[in-house]
Amino acid sequence: MRSDPADYEFVAPASLGAVVSLLAERPGEWLPIAGGTDVMVQYAAGKLAARKLVSLWNLRELRRVDVSDTEVVIGAGCTYTDLREHQIVRREFPLLASAASWTGGIANQNRGTLGGNIVNASPAADSLPSLLVYEAELILVSARGERRVEYVDFHTGYKKTLLASDELIRAVCLSRRYEDYVSYSRKVGARNAQAISKVCVAALGRTVDGLVADVRIAAGSVAPVPARLRETERAVSGKAIDAALLQQARSTAMREIHPIDDIRSTSAYRSAVAGNLVVEFLQSLQTAGHRA
Amino acid sequence: MSAARGELEISFTVNGEVRTTRAYPMERLLDVLRRQLDLTGAKEGCGEGECGSCSILMDGALVNSCLVPVLQARGATIVTIEGLAPATQLSRLQQAFLDCGGAQCGICTPGIVMAARHLLDKNPHPTQEDVRDGLSGNLCRCTGYAQICEAVLEAASREASSASSASRG
Repeated sequence: MRSDPADYEFVAPASLGAVVSLLAERPGEWLPIAGGTDVMVQYAAGKLAARKLVSLWNLRELRRVDVSDTEVVIGAGCTYTDLREHQIVRREFPLLASAASWTGGIANQNRGTLGGNIVNASPAADSLPSLLVYEAELILVSARGERRVEYVDFHTGYKKTLLASDELIRAVCLSRRYEDYVSYSRKVGARNAQAISKVCVAALGRTVDGLVADVRIAAGSVAPVPARLRETERAVSGKAIDAALLQQARSTAMREIHPIDDIRSTSAYRSAVAGNLVVEFLQSLQTAGHRA
Repeated sequence: MSAARGELEISFTVNGEVRTTRAYPMERLLDVLRRQLDLTGAKEGCGEGECGSCSILMDGALVNSCLVPVLQARGATIVTIEGLAPATQLSRLQQAFLDCGGAQCGICTPGIVMAARHLLDKNPHPTQEDVRDGLSGNLCRCTGYAQICEAVLEAASREASSASSASRG
């Protein structure tokens, strides 16, 4: 049954400060909506519990990218298109830029935002594994001030986050230290666009003297939250990449994850494919090491 | 006519003209365009942002109007399919669709043409791969997409050749 627009209050304050004040006055009463690519789907299906919404769309304080020598601070209001088109994001954070290009289609990328994607907290979200391997930090803002948290701590359970009821994500901070790393990402879905992933993997690593160094592997759609595969990382760290290591990495990854059967895929398929993607990453790391 | 409780006056530019309408802020832009402004070119195919039938340009960006609450369109510059060419003429893009058989039932066509317009505005010389990517958010159940791709590539070549002859002349 469709939602009736007459039943809703929706306001669009002109500044982040005004939004934050509103959330402070009535914590939990106003649902923030940015590009609407998740909220409006729920609304259209008559499944939106909230009756009061506050717009974050196009707020100058959120839709910006600030670059310093050491980090890139991406405003939570940046759209996927903003990420795809930003020169420094493309060059230094290709895992995030490619994830943005795989999300929905062009029209959704022009409206969906990074902050919205994080707060919506789907374990299948394409961009979130890349934030895990880049070890992103989030700047959260409320009337009480700002706090900085490590992204890895942000998701506390299926669709549950650290965000307080009066709080927003203001920005995502990425350290500018990954230019020399080998990066790998792959999304497996029913088609190249407009498909929620069956499995997606993002990974970064280096080899030093032929041995795996500083490897980070994260996956989506294999757990209730986007997951760093730390056991798999430990299994390969400091080792040479040979057939035995690839096999060990595959079996560790498959043991480490907890995928489910759902409408898109099965646990068995997800496990097998995740194992394959981890192997594919390590093979690309090996190839890059030979070239160096 | 007095506004019903909750309705707001919202103005934006549509196809070059400033339009003011009264709507609930959570009304979908698609519905406001179709019902209040009589711009029925944009269609509802899914209501979920998956099919692209409702595509329009908002501040130069292709968006699914079924997912835009009209309050977020306040002050925006909107272009719908009706705005691509004056009423009695077809643009080169539209003519290419006719010439290449790029439409059958036509329900996806306004959205597909808007996506093509957006693609060509950003990339005047697309490859076939680029065309598929640019239209990947638009579903067609009739054509199998081949004639659509052909039409967009044909339009690109016609626009490019008249652009270069314009600069020559």
